[in-house]
Amino acid sequence: MRATSRPSEPVADAPPQIVLEVRGLTVEFDSEDGPLRAVDDVGFQIRRGEIVGLVGESGAGKSLTSEAILGLIRRPPGRVTGEVRFGGRDLLALDESALARIRGKDIAMIFQNPSASLNPVFRVGEQMLEAMALHLPERRSTLRERVVETLARVGIPSPAARARDYPHQFSGGMAQRVMIGMGVSCVPSLLIADEPTTALDVTIQAQVLALIRRLARELGVAVLLVSHDLGIISQMCHRVLVLYAGRVVESAPVAAIFRAPAHPYTRGLIECLPQLEGTARLGAITGNMPGLRALPTGCRFHPRCPIAEPRCSTESPALRDLATGHAAACHLAGTR
Amino acid sequence: MVRFVLSRIGQTLAVLFTVSVIIFALMRMIPGDPVLMRLGDDFTEEAYERLRGELGFDRSIVTQYLIWLGQVLRGDLGDSFLNHERVSRLVLEAFVPTLILVLASVIVGILIAVPSGIVAAMRKDSLWDWGSMGFAIFVYSMPSFWKGIILIWIFSVYLGWFPAMGYVPPWTNLSQGLWRLVLPAVTLGTFFSGLVARIIRSSLLEVLDQDYVKAARARGVRRAALVYKHALANALIPVVTVIGLQFGALLGGAVLTETVFAIPGMGRLSVNAILNRDYSVVQGTILVGVFAVVVVNLLVDLAYAFLNPRIRVA
Amino acid sequence: MAQPLEADGRRFDPEDVGRPGPAVAPAAPSRTSLGRWWRRFARNPGALFGLVVFLGIVAMAVLAPLLAPYDPIAQGVGTPLEGPSAAHWAGTDSFGRDIWSRIIYGSRVALVVGIVAVLLAMVIGVTLGLISGYYGGWVDVVIMRVMDGLFAFPIIILAIAMMAVMGFGVRNVIIAVGVGFIAPFARVTRGDVLAVKEEPYIEAARLAGVGSLAIIFQHVLPNVMAPIIVQGALRVSGAIITEAGLSFLGLGPPPPTPAWGRMIAEGQTFIVMAPHISTFPGIALMLAIVALNLLGDGLRDTLDPRMRR
Repeated sequence: MRATSRPSEPVADAPPQIVLEVRGLTVEFDSEDGPLRAVDDVGFQIRRGEIVGLVGESGAGKSLTSEAILGLIRRPPGRVTGEVRFGGRDLLALDESALARIRGKDIAMIFQNPSASLNPVFRVGEQMLEAMALHLPERRSTLRERVVETLARVGIPSPAARARDYPHQFSGGMAQRVMIGMGVSCVPSLLIADEPTTALDVTIQAQVLALIRRLARELGVAVLLVSHDLGIISQMCHRVLVLYAGRVVESAPVAAIFRAPAHPYTRGLIECLPQLEGTARLGAITGNMPGLRALPTGCRFHPRCPIAEPRCSTESPALRDLATGHAAACHLAGTR
Repeated sequence: MVRFVLSRIGQTLAVLFTVSVIIFALMRMIPGDPVLMRLGDDFTEEAYERLRGELGFDRSIVTQYLIWLGQVLRGDLGDSFLNHERVSRLVLEAFVPTLILVLASVIVGILIAVPSGIVAAMRKDSLWDWGSMGFAIFVYSMPSFWKGIILIWIFSVYLGWFPAMGYVPPWTNLSQGLWRLVLPAVTLGTFFSGLVARIIRSSLLEVLDQDYVKAARARGVRRAALVYKHALANALIPVVTVIGLQFGALLGGAVLTETVFAIPGMGRLSVNAILNRDYSVVQGTILVGVFAVVVVNLLVDLAYAFLNPRIRVA
Repeated sequence: MAQPLEADGRRFDPEDVGRPGPAVAPAAPSRTSLGRWWRRFARNPGALFGLVVFLGIVAMAVLAPLLAPYDPIAQGVGTPLEGPSAAHWAGTDSFGRDIWSRIIYGSRVALVVGIVAVLLAMVIGVTLGLISGYYGGWVDVVIMRVMDGLFAFPIIILAIAMMAVMGFGVRNVIIAVGVGFIAPFARVTRGDVLAVKEEPYIEAARLAGVGSLAIIFQHVLPNVMAPIIVQGALRVSGAIITEAGLSFLGLGPPPPTPAWGRMIAEGQTFIVMAPHISTFPGIALMLAIVALNLLGDGLRDTLDPRMRR
């Protein structure tokens, strides 16, 4: 495991207010084989100033969860049910224009491939200006200055000149900085970062993550960090949710997850991480995550689980609280 | 950008060279003595020998080609066998109506294709989509000369809205000129629009799937701006290249359309020439026609380079 | 951390918004069974329509003597310039000939020109494309420059030029149209050859000592056939339109041989009093073209799902 420098828990006398509350979020797609449930009854809360990690393999439903929050999933063929409470409203009940007012202003989102997230035929400064002009009341001339300020703040050298450049002239890391800058320019309450560093070099990764962490702290922005990389999660997050085949299988503060993982899947994931000390063999989880068309009965992980019992193939385990803030969906959690 | 421009110009020159060789070769393959043909009625022994020498027939084929090329580049395309007029003048006179027809057709085509393609993409798989694309395939498959005749039948003979034939240059009489252009421009323009509408539709659909559209939407950009600003700006760029590629087909279609509507353009000139074995004129029309196609392609490519920031700003 | 792979090496990721289902990975093109192709093809109503109509036209051409009620070049079998009637389904032309019979026989010219010209262009063009793509180097440059030159000619104009040299008539139309279509076939083939050339199985064959010609024709060619067939179907419609255009201009088969293009031209003079003379051959022509275009589109969707829109 990498040497962790975990952020300190947000210190407060009373728990900070809840920024986002997701309940029973379900995303289904119509297919020739019937409806496929890619996200199944996912729920969590994010408080002000928290960085919450959503971790899982490719195909587990992480990106769909984050996109569902902002209403980015195309309704046919997709179907989103549940509740996403933000700012006193259920985002899933809002229409497109109401959502458009929230997007980029109160909730911002950055994506995995930063170079592809910018329109190639418009200058970068223009796109940033457009985003700001949509949400901020100031005049365009004032906003132009803010564009340059934002670029400077995220560490882009010669910001005024770079604002006139086109996206293809930016490296991946620089582009992601631009996206982050755009994302926080209107000081949102929540920043959703969907695999923000997966497409970047390792050295750039660290810089971008540090930037996110710094800005979150400075501006008091809560962050939902989606990743498949436990190492990143351990460095960045206060709390973690583990997703498997569309369901939350464990949810805990990051220290607890690494110290005492309750769900066999989480345990398996941690064992897969290479250790710097010792010569233990690299762990692996046998088998593959099931495709949506062939979901196992009962606990979805049971075919690959080293401690599965007969009960696990028939009864689906509910998410149970084990200790404060630590929940797991396993019949055998807390034992063994 | 500069490098792109230079390389494209180089390519164009190479193509023009190849084309000139092909035309020269074709003309040489025409059965009969070319010197005799050029002299026509003015045959005398000494004129024959002199012309033979001038054209280099006593020397290698390469030299003959070079002499011919020199003449062409100087604008000397010879004389028409029929009426002894300068081919260059005949061709240029005929080129103007053809160009006007093609331009009008492109405008008509774009006016139809762009809204049609956008609607089809935005309401994909709906009645609008099938209807638009069905119409596009329909007009694209109709042979232009037949379409012209049918249009004449409906709008000229039956309804009497437009004149059946004839051409008036727009600068002589703007309203008459344009009025007479309507049916021919619609004939050729709908053909063009059939192709372009399908391309706009698929281009737009592809662009709408791109990450930057999703990211813009996640920033709060409204639907209208997403489509008409972000998506269209990208989707229309490849359409520009298509226009260039189709210019050749348009010119071919113009040849037929001119015959239907009795427009005194390149089409009529070349067809009459070939039926009358007036080979100088045939050569002249082909040279100018293909030259125009190649140059238009070059211009279109340069326009594309200008519009695409990835090329314009390295 | 290992990402899960499906059994055949693809990654299953329904995270693509609005696009449920597995992404299609470009697999090495293989010989799929005819049955599977047919089922996929048959799902496309337009393509089926195109196929049926095309086969119908072929049948019409082949069975012309049986199907035509009158001799197509016999004058005076009916009152001239009469509209459609029970005796003459498509009416008669200015010479009193039965138009329906002429349409049936006209399909022969259209199909012969269309198919033979395209086959000619295909054989030459594909060979040039294979050589150009596989060997590369200056052979490639020279061939492609010549193709570029040819490509610059609009088909009608090239045909006119060639027929100035060769004279008119069906045979020369076939040659002219065929030559005009060489360039597109060469280009398409070359493009695919360049891609296929880098595939591991070609490399393997080369290392095993298989001769270049054998590689080209036994390994490369089968894998680039799909887009060539699609081009072929689409070009046949282009060839038919071009032939019709040339006949319309008077450069096609000489009278009295029935050719749809010339029938349309003959009808233009009588458009006021006898519009049927131009209309019916035009409908036949258009039907043929639409059918071939739909067929070509259908073939494209069947043989190469990657190109599907």
